[in-house]
Amino acid sequence: MSSAAPTLPFSLAANPRLSSWIKFAGDGQVTVSPGKVEIGQGIVTALAQIAADELDVDIGCVQMVRATTAASPNEGVTSGSLSIQHSGRALRAACAEIRQIFLAAASDRLGVDASALQIEDGTISGPGNVRTSYWELADEVSLDRDATPGSKPKSIAERALAGKSAQRLDIPDKVFAQRRFIHDTALPGLLHGRVLRPENARAKLVGLKEDAARAVHGFGAVVRDGSFAGVVCETEAAAEAALKALRKGATWAEGEALPDESDLAAFLRAQPVESTLIDTRTAANAAKKERTLKRQYVRPYIAHASIAPSCAMAQWSGADRVHVWTHSQGVYLLRNDLALVLKLPLEHITVEHLEGAGCYGHNPADDVALDAALLARAAGCKPVRVQWSRADEMTHGPFGAAMAIEIEADLDAQNEIVEWRHSIWSNGHAARPGRGTKPTLLAGYELEPPFPIAISGNPPQANGGGGDRNSVPLYDFPAWKIESHRLLTMPVRTSALRTLGAQGNVFAIECFLDEVAAERGEDPVAFRLRHLKDERAKAVIRAAAKRAGWKPAPKAGTGHGVGYSRYKNTGAYCAAIAEIEGDEEIRVRKLTLAVDVGEAINPDGVINQIEGGAIQATSWVLKERVRFDRSRITSNSWTEYPILRFSEVPEVEVEVIQRAEIDPVGAGEAAHGPVTASIANAVFDCLGVRVRNLPITRDSLIAAMEQSS
Amino acid sequence: MPSIRFRLNGAPTEIDADPDGMLLDALRGPLGLTGPHFGCGSGECGACRVLVGDHAVTSCDTPMWSVADKDVTTLEGLGSFERPHPLQRAFIAEQAMQCGYCVAGILMSAAALLRQNPRPTETEVRAALDRNLCRCGSQNRMVRAILRAANEAAAT
Repeated sequence: MSSAAPTLPFSLAANPRLSSWIKFAGDGQVTVSPGKVEIGQGIVTALAQIAADELDVDIGCVQMVRATTAASPNEGVTSGSLSIQHSGRALRAACAEIRQIFLAAASDRLGVDASALQIEDGTISGPGNVRTSYWELADEVSLDRDATPGSKPKSIAERALAGKSAQRLDIPDKVFAQRRFIHDTALPGLLHGRVLRPENARAKLVGLKEDAARAVHGFGAVVRDGSFAGVVCETEAAAEAALKALRKGATWAEGEALPDESDLAAFLRAQPVESTLIDTRTAANAAKKERTLKRQYVRPYIAHASIAPSCAMAQWSGADRVHVWTHSQGVYLLRNDLALVLKLPLEHITVEHLEGAGCYGHNPADDVALDAALLARAAGCKPVRVQWSRADEMTHGPFGAAMAIEIEADLDAQNEIVEWRHSIWSNGHAARPGRGTKPTLLAGYELEPPFPIAISGNPPQANGGGGDRNSVPLYDFPAWKIESHRLLTMPVRTSALRTLGAQGNVFAIECFLDEVAAERGEDPVAFRLRHLKDERAKAVIRAAAKRAGWKPAPKAGTGHGVGYSRYKNTGAYCAAIAEIEGDEEIRVRKLTLAVDVGEAINPDGVINQIEGGAIQATSWVLKERVRFDRSRITSNSWTEYPILRFSEVPEVEVEVIQRAEIDPVGAGEAAHGPVTASIANAVFDCLGVRVRNLPITRDSLIAAMEQSS
Repeated sequence: MPSIRFRLNGAPTEIDADPDGMLLDALRGPLGLTGPHFGCGSGECGACRVLVGDHAVTSCDTPMWSVADKDVTTLEGLGSFERPHPLQRAFIAEQAMQCGYCVAGILMSAAALLRQNPRPTETEVRAALDRNLCRCGSQNRMVRAILRAANEAAAT
């Protein structure tokens, strides 16, 4: 094969201007400006490591710039565990080229061949004690030029920072109560807004008495447009009081009915759908099928349930320019939708990122940004801060989509899999803003005239798919057929939540496999290894198994289970082994994981992400399910939507298989599927019952026992 | 509105406030602090915890009248870059967070625990934090950090 011409990394090709990524400031600082944003995952630190490493500057002089549409490269959305792949590779290539540009300039100035020069802490020196620096040369070296393909980043051995654990840059501020979060950011003259939302998400506002709200001390304005209504006040307390008064004066006409939460599979399988054949494989010489095993798995709607309610600020200058501060995952994409709703040209809107609480996907961050822009229009040129209530955060944001998954396998006389069929019924897993001709922001559906409600779609398979994510088996079965049925109705609003469909699909696949292995009397780890060809896959399973002492001797009241997947079939490899205690309830005692992300830029950051993913997945499995009756979401508080507590959190051990020679991939979503399956399989090992409806609670255990007896 | 006096992070403080208004609103509003965070407004998540005396309370549902003449300590009063509390040092050493929004309240629950029980067991630490929620899954790192802080304090 002939070697292909070098190309620029994805994000650098889209944003080739070098100065949009890196600038040398006069005071010995390097500003690094990625388009990806900090959402609690530590990405900013990993990117700083990469930049400092390639440039040979001290990481302490790297200033990371928050993404803004006013200046940053457009890297779309911070999602899909792609930030290291996109931003990391772009920065590595850009910095490698910039380093060479400066070496050439230093060579000219110092009269020393570039190959004889070295860079240390930003100082460029050579034989005869000649020296200069990035900052001395910055005036004469213009980075207002496009990157060229083929820059040569450092070899693994030359890297001093990437690949080693680094302390997160944001953590000191957070333990010393410095103002990093959008919630804590003060702007001069800041006013406070609140938006009135109905109990039923699709209800229409048919009457609104404003008098009581207007009488609140510190009242500023009521904003009403169709079913969108809100208040602007001088203080947050006044805004709360005015909202309370407004709520009392509101009359609503009920909207669309919600499904029956007690039988999600029946609902999902009865809706009109768009069906897609995801993948097929046919066997040349199929073994004879003796019987067929068929199982259905259900995952409920899952809430993001971020620990902070969503918040945004907006400030108009004149009637046609607005500045928005947001914790959105995609400042440019949000700007697209704001432009559609506000009917403004893109260049009249600046969207700037500020950190929010942990973000696990498309939560109401974007919705509240539009709320703020709409309310701020009534505030003259003063900035307005809008914060959602806990109840609105738990009921009006998009949810992770419920899924019904059916797997059928034809088995031969030895219970070997001859053919595998996997079908998914689910709403789409993506309705992010900024990608279509119609906005997907909540208030856009409430204005008069309303924008049509966007029925969630699925990302293309090339991007990892949506409901079908991780549905194509990683195992070497002789034949398969994978189908995805996306709902064309959407009574419960859904969009991207961590892993999209992968958690549900991996749960189904790995539990089904466990069942087949048990039918054969074969060890589930050995069974998996026997069906895998990829050595990296086998390595994570073996590593987790070894570390967990697989398989521990049976002990009454305890159980062990295994789960494996490669996220998106192309990303991080992860294997999990769960140790649980079970009787009427399940307690997860320990999770042992092994992960391979290729080059781990910040190994402790990878461990932190895997650990966090494992604990969050345990919470999803044991506790979480969005609750609703036929007219409204009822899980509107932490009491109604409990998550895992400190005393319930399992011990988590993570082994990172470092592969510095392989391009890095993200770690944030690798653990959810394997952990989910490992817990369900451990429940069977412990209690002899297969729970196929998540979450695994006392109720679902009893239901599964009744079904199996 | 009546004037209410208390000590805030060691300093005598007096504000005009509705006695039935909530402490968090006063701290984040007129008093201009951002250590305690709003999370739920009903005492369920713990992001707003502060110390009243030696006890960690959820400031979002603690009425102002109840803190009259009391000592209130927020994260701002726990320590500083220059003079960090052992818990703050330990949270950095253990990299004990992901997003860190809940940490403001968790540090205060932990501080209350260490005042009452300087050498807690792991089980005691978990029990003391059971009314603080963390959504990112950093609980185990936080427990390690608190045990580290207790060990350090005992060693000095």
